Amino acid sequence: MEAIERHTISVLVDNEAGVLARVIGLFSGRGYNIESLTVAEVDMARHLSRITIVTSGTPMIIEQIKAQLGRLVPVHRVSDLTNEGPHLERELALVKVNGTGDKRIESLRIADIFRARVVDSTLESFVFEMTGSPEKLNAFINLMQPLGLVDVSRTGVVAIARGPEAI
Amino acid sequence: MTQELTGAGIVIKALVDQGVDVVFGYPGGAVLPIYDELFKQNALRHVLVRHEQGAVHAAEGYARSTGKVGVVLVTSGPGATNAVTGLTDALMDSIPVVCLTGQVPTHLIGNDAFQEADTVGITRPCTKHNYLVKDIADLPRVMHEAFYVARSGRPGPVVVDLPKDILQGKGAYPDGIDVERRSYKPQTTPDADRIEQAVALMASAKRPLFYCGGGVINSGPEASALLTEFVRMTGFPCTLTLMGLGAMPASDPHFLGMLGMHGTYEANLAMHDCDVMINIGARFDDRVTGRLTAFSPNSKKIHVDIDPSSINKNVRVDLPVVGDVKLVLEAMIAAWKRTKARPDAAALAEWWRSIEQWRGRDCLRYKNSDKIIKPQYALQRLQAAIGDRDFYVTTEVGQHQMWAAQFLRFEKPNRWMTSGGLGTMGYGLPAAVGVQMAHPDALVVDVAGEASILMNIQEMSTAVQYKLPVKIFILNNQWMGMVRQWQELLHGGRYSESYTESLPDFVKLAEAFGAVGLRAQKPDELDDVIREMIAVKAPVIVDCCVDQTENCFPMIPSGAAHNEMLLGPDDVAKPVSEEGMVLV
Ligand SMILES: Cc1ncc(C[n+]2csc(CCOP(=O)(O)OP(=O)(O)O)c2C)c(N)n1
Ligand SMILES: [Mg+2]
Repeated sequence: MEAIERHTISVLVDNEAGVLARVIGLFSGRGYNIESLTVAEVDMARHLSRITIVTSGTPMIIEQIKAQLGRLVPVHRVSDLTNEGPHLERELALVKVNGTGDKRIESLRIADIFRARVVDSTLESFVFEMTGSPEKLNAFINLMQPLGLVDVSRTGVVAIARGPEAI
Repeated sequence: MTQELTGAGIVIKALVDQGVDVVFGYPGGAVLPIYDELFKQNALRHVLVRHEQGAVHAAEGYARSTGKVGVVLVTSGPGATNAVTGLTDALMDSIPVVCLTGQVPTHLIGNDAFQEADTVGITRPCTKHNYLVKDIADLPRVMHEAFYVARSGRPGPVVVDLPKDILQGKGAYPDGIDVERRSYKPQTTPDADRIEQAVALMASAKRPLFYCGGGVINSGPEASALLTEFVRMTGFPCTLTLMGLGAMPASDPHFLGMLGMHGTYEANLAMHDCDVMINIGARFDDRVTGRLTAFSPNSKKIHVDIDPSSINKNVRVDLPVVGDVKLVLEAMIAAWKRTKARPDAAALAEWWRSIEQWRGRDCLRYKNSDKIIKPQYALQRLQAAIGDRDFYVTTEVGQHQMWAAQFLRFEKPNRWMTSGGLGTMGYGLPAAVGVQMAHPDALVVDVAGEASILMNIQEMSTAVQYKLPVKIFILNNQWMGMVRQWQELLHGGRYSESYTESLPDFVKLAEAFGAVGLRAQKPDELDDVIREMIAVKAPVIVDCCVDQTENCFPMIPSGAAHNEMLLGPDDVAKPVSEEGMVLV
């Protein structure tokens, strides 16, 4: 058996009705994994959106995923950031922690270490905003667990290649 | 000059500008504006089918026998959902079809309006692409783009969903519509380096084999001519998939017959033993490969396909070549000549000696009888009666389909229409209607099973209405023969629900439709019945009563390898592996 690899794939698509459904339907219909998926318009003038997908599979499956994506009519480019060299991955999380007393102070202290910002506060709760790699977000969220974590909202990964090349 | 038209007028104008001459359809509330426009014009013929599934299969038959895009027109809701099987069939077999579906007016979409269905949602996974037109300004471009997408690259079905208010609104139909999309650019010209490498690999082969499929047919008749030329030039053997039959003449000595689950002994053993495989326009389907881990273990594989996603999907290949088959073959032939490729003649002769030995097994042999019609014999008599005449064959799905593939001989492309990928019972009759529409004077035969034919029997009415003299040749074994065969070989002879009880009298049924019914019950009646079937200038159903117990051989049981083929009833099937039993 070939080893399972995790790949971050960037897909440039026409921002038209149904395009996200096509991509998601492709993944569910063919049984591919989606670890995360983000989408937003990135070129207003040409109506292009960029979809960032984190997926996993054997090298043969990853090749299939890219070929199948490339076959969709509204897809302009499929770029395998994991294969194409160094790239940046970022995710944003909003993390709600309820607590009072020592736990509340401890959550603030850890947030400071992780460079998370307080974006909402009541006497018994904080909402932290934090940006970073998915691993860093995981670490922060794990630390908040015993300190009163009640709610998490994450964007999923957005990614871009390092250096001057564009998709 | 830009014209102002209604949406329905734009639809009709776009069809005419695309060179469409026939539309297969069925009316309903949401498409009445289009039917109204159809009524007012003479450029397009409309064929009224009796079920929307039939419309799509008819369009497929039309497309496969002409190389043009087949066109379907159906109403919203049930009209669209009835078309889904046909669309899936066209997707699996890469058949260019444009299907226009009516839709409730845009302001009602999402309201569960009468005869509303989420047609683009339902058909997204069973089309190459689909559109919901919400602005009449987009309609002319969408119509033309739909045809472009359906026929270019790897062909397939495209749905255009048309809300009624769009059809009734007014809009501009500009001149010179540009259908090129920035995003969709199928690669047709192959990479020159790959061609050189492929030809070098072929020239080094000792046991080469061409394995070619529907991609050759889809690339157009020139591709088939080039394939035949290349096969003869190299002297290599060639096998064809179910979808590829006719891509080279069946009479050519280089042709080893069809391969796969019910393919010939020589084709399958050649696949297993070859050292260089040249796959042109075939997709390593599971019916062809058998057990993947044992599939052609010692070959270097070249794979030519217009669809990059076909490459390395099931089988890892050594040399992928993405491009249109015709252009690839042109380039390969040129490179073969230029490099004066001379494969090892002694090795090739040795390879042909093995192949001739396998051929000597005469794997399609069967025990004939003078009391009961053997289905294979019926097809041989049919082929004999056809003689050198040009003919078109469609099929339903089951044993009869496999026997037709084994026993009928296709000398040309676009003559053989069968549901390969989806295996749709009920395909053959409507497909034959579509073929006959395109070739009014040709002999068109639907080789059918008695179970399958009942799935779209209503299309008899269409055949009669349009005076389409299709010949429905039912190999009536009173069983869902292919199901019975699997139950016999794999499920201990427990024939659960595979007997076709309460069959109609097919002769009377034909007559009830206003067609001609004939019956053959004894081998010595066959020739007369077939002769009459061909001679009659009307739709005919032949009830050919055949041996109920005959099985289709050779057979590679699911999960077995090419060299583990069963050649006949005396070959006892090894117990099928657990992996094999879960396979379809
Ligand atoms: C729509 C559909 N339903 C079910 C099947 C499964 N199936 C494959 S072959 C077959 C039996 C076909 O019987 P018949 O048409 O009499 O052909 P025979 O095998 O007897 O020649 C069935 C039920 C199918 N292929 N298509
Ligand atoms: Mg039958």
